[in-house]
Amino acid sequence: MEFKVTDVKDVVIRFAGDSGDGMQLTGTLFADMSAFYGNSLSTFPDYPAEIRAPKGTVSGVSGFQVHIGSQDVNTPGDMCDLLVAMNPAALKANAKWVKAGGMVIVDEDAFDDRNMELAGFKTDENPFEVLHIEDRVLIVSPITTLTKESLKDSGLDNKSILKCKNMFTLGMACFIYDRPVDYIYGYLEKKFSKKHPEVIAPNKKVLDDGYNYASNIHAIPSTYHIAPAKPEKGLYRNISGNQATAWGLMAAAEKAGLELFCGSYPITPATAILEELAIHKYLGVKTMQAEDEIAGICTAIGAAYAGDLAVTTTSGPGLSLKSEALGLAVMTELPLVVVDVQRAGPSTGIPTKTEQTDLFQAMYGRNGECPVPIVAPHSPSNCFDAAFAAAKVAVEHMTPVIMLSEGFLGNGCEPWKIPQMKDYPTITPPFPKTEVPETEGGKFHPFDRDPETLVRTWAPAGTKNYEHRVGGLEKNHYGSISSDPVNHQTMVDERRKKVDLISNFIPELKVNGEDSGELLIVGWGGTFGHLLSAFDTLKEEGVKGVSLAHFDWINPLPSNTAKVLGAFRKILVCELNSGQFVNLLRAKLPQFQYLQCNKVEGQPFLVSEIVNAVKKNL
Amino acid sequence: MEKHYTQSDFKSDQQVRWCPGCGDHAVLAALQRALPDVAGLLDYEKERYVVVSGIGCSSRLPYYMDTYGFHGIHGRATAISTGIKVANPWLTVWQACGDGDALAIGGNHFIHAIRRNIDINIILFNNRIYGLTKGQYSPTSKFGAITKTSPYGTVEKPFEPGSLVLGAKGTFFARGIDVMLQLNEEIMTAAAAHDGCSVMEMLTNCVIFNDGAHKDIADPAVREDKTIVLRHGEKMIFGKNRDKGLVLHGMGLRVVTIGGEGGFTIDDVLTHDAHRDDRGLHMMLANMKGPEFPVALGVIRDVQDPTYDDGVRDQIADIKKTARIKCMDDLLQSGSTWEVR
Repeated sequence: MEFKVTDVKDVVIRFAGDSGDGMQLTGTLFADMSAFYGNSLSTFPDYPAEIRAPKGTVSGVSGFQVHIGSQDVNTPGDMCDLLVAMNPAALKANAKWVKAGGMVIVDEDAFDDRNMELAGFKTDENPFEVLHIEDRVLIVSPITTLTKESLKDSGLDNKSILKCKNMFTLGMACFIYDRPVDYIYGYLEKKFSKKHPEVIAPNKKVLDDGYNYASNIHAIPSTYHIAPAKPEKGLYRNISGNQATAWGLMAAAEKAGLELFCGSYPITPATAILEELAIHKYLGVKTMQAEDEIAGICTAIGAAYAGDLAVTTTSGPGLSLKSEALGLAVMTELPLVVVDVQRAGPSTGIPTKTEQTDLFQAMYGRNGECPVPIVAPHSPSNCFDAAFAAAKVAVEHMTPVIMLSEGFLGNGCEPWKIPQMKDYPTITPPFPKTEVPETEGGKFHPFDRDPETLVRTWAPAGTKNYEHRVGGLEKNHYGSISSDPVNHQTMVDERRKKVDLISNFIPELKVNGEDSGELLIVGWGGTFGHLLSAFDTLKEEGVKGVSLAHFDWINPLPSNTAKVLGAFRKILVCELNSGQFVNLLRAKLPQFQYLQCNKVEGQPFLVSEIVNAVKKNL
Repeated sequence: MEKHYTQSDFKSDQQVRWCPGCGDHAVLAALQRALPDVAGLLDYEKERYVVVSGIGCSSRLPYYMDTYGFHGIHGRATAISTGIKVANPWLTVWQACGDGDALAIGGNHFIHAIRRNIDINIILFNNRIYGLTKGQYSPTSKFGAITKTSPYGTVEKPFEPGSLVLGAKGTFFARGIDVMLQLNEEIMTAAAAHDGCSVMEMLTNCVIFNDGAHKDIADPAVREDKTIVLRHGEKMIFGKNRDKGLVLHGMGLRVVTIGGEGGFTIDDVLTHDAHRDDRGLHMMLANMKGPEFPVALGVIRDVQDPTYDDGVRDQIADIKKTARIKCMDDLLQSGSTWEVR
């Protein structure tokens, strides 16, 4: 039989199942394969905090959404074209995300009385009707039975066979979206050739059987072709935000000629940065899994004093614990990068869900007058550049810098045109320029400053003739402890000015669209993809007078901020909190009126939410 | 060695601001005397010394040393020291901290530095009181101690720093007392020579808030009878007349009079073995207290074990040898990539 093949610009697929069903892997493989095929893409893992949450329940559902396209894909997509649900709970948790006209694949075998009850359905109900998706294309297949049948002669035990169910569904998805399965073959061979060669052939078989099953049942109205995107020429790889962060830090260390030290304590969703750095010891990376968050930052501060590029990585609750030590880094004026991969708070909150709610903490969460530069990456791959920039500013301006990443960016991944290190700027640590300090008596004055940047000299412990003391007490330019009132005012002012002056060294704020008009969409950090898609959508719909300005630097603000904002009648600040950046802008640039679009659900924006907010305010 | 250092090379120009009569003066003096010896012994240039501290009276010490110094925040000195040593193992790190700093707010960092056996030298000033905040009880204050926050006496038992160090598998533990300058210098020199985490408990007096903190053993009139100075390879004898000794008795220790009741001779008295791997006897020695036993001073334990900083450095060196990826460009282009033409 000839299948109808439909060409589409993009599709969104959501794989959902129990947190032990391997949905994260299935989604990741589908994404990697599509990237390899040449599609533009964006992913969004949405999983519970529990490693093995109660089986079959809605709270235990783990999802992975992937958006692939033949043009620029900026977000993981609002609604999905295909939902794969491995049990009733997964169907229940995700039904609302299926587009009208979309397709749903479920494992019929998992819809037994027990699982129906666990998901909160009555056993005699039709779950599709209850969820109002009975009009979607429903593919109800006995996936468990088919997997068992497929592998009955494989020699694998029952438990191992059941683990292959996800490969069956992946095979089905490959058929529907015209994906070449060779990539998965390669993955299986590479992954299992050493430790479990016996599972390679069964996995391949079940993948093929899933593919063939989908083509045989004649229940699928059309297969879809998503042509490769036409990105810039070059070498590409897939990268997640946390991996890109780790690599950006390593790149900065190389450019600065410094060794990289990372002192961290595991915390969701930042842990992957520490794990990634720990792999690359062959590039001289020193990672230390400290005894707690405070030790993480304090070992890093010690390493900075001894001359390393020092880093600590964490999430919101960890940043709270590091507050006092961050003040110490401000006071001692040592270079330090603090990466906060934000998650839903307060307190433990919802550890695996994304938010932008640590901006105030990063900005103000310390005792005393304690300014810290803040940079926020705007996409998974941009975490590389943001981490690099954070390290460059930290080293060249002798200050701790907070990089405000987000769970959405850290866990998300996208294709990335591989850069070359020669295209990145050098990083020049302000080391002593003379063998002996050029002061009367030849004693080093650690808090003498460069008159233009107010940056002090960095003389790492061990530098001959530069012995000096630093600490948390207020001191004068000579480094002697001082509680003199005038000196304190001077030092407070200088530390603040030093941070303000960084605005001369960061990029200006860019505007997507016209430089002036009716309404400016303003955002920061990980919402960029959604805001850009909303901006594009509005343009396509013919809405006029709307532009977008997205902030990478939160502190200091880019030097042209007032100029950009002043050219629009209305400013709509969109962020995943109750209004933190907007209030920072109100404080810094009170001459403007600001409108707000906020959401604190632990989930990214939907493009439609932004589009509607803009229309409402026009 | 191009230069022979003296005590004055390690004195900074800052005025020492501890109270007159504070035990910390004597520990500082011992350190300033020990470091030139250590520099000569181990061929260390002055710029290799870093003195780190937390918060408290004793934590002012780095300002008084003309070396690299870091005055940290309360309890975190050990973590800062650890970072310095891992970043640059060539540096020799000394740390000053008090009983509150190291054992209360900084207890976690303290035990983990010892567990990891990171090569730093920790001087633990133990005056059994919070001095800088003006007289509250500390984790080493004696049970029932009457202080500003325990006007009716504490109802909690103190830490014994020695058991804590040995319990965390410490490789070096020594105890000094502020009034014994020579012994303290000897302890510090031994700590410097020790590869690994060296903890030196210095019993110090606080003239203002806990005067006579260690009077029961420090007073010259009773000191020789109330303390025993342990030296590796020497017999465990003490007393004004050098006639008392420690012997093993059943599962524990016992004080005997040599030539006295029971007919004990010098041959029955234990010989101190600081290098003994087994911690049992060291634990018993560290825990001795009056009136039954003398308080042990000197180097109680000094054993060899791989250090954390060596481990970090050696592992990186090993992995580098076989790695094909030598720089960021190599890494960026490694693994799964695809070309868009």
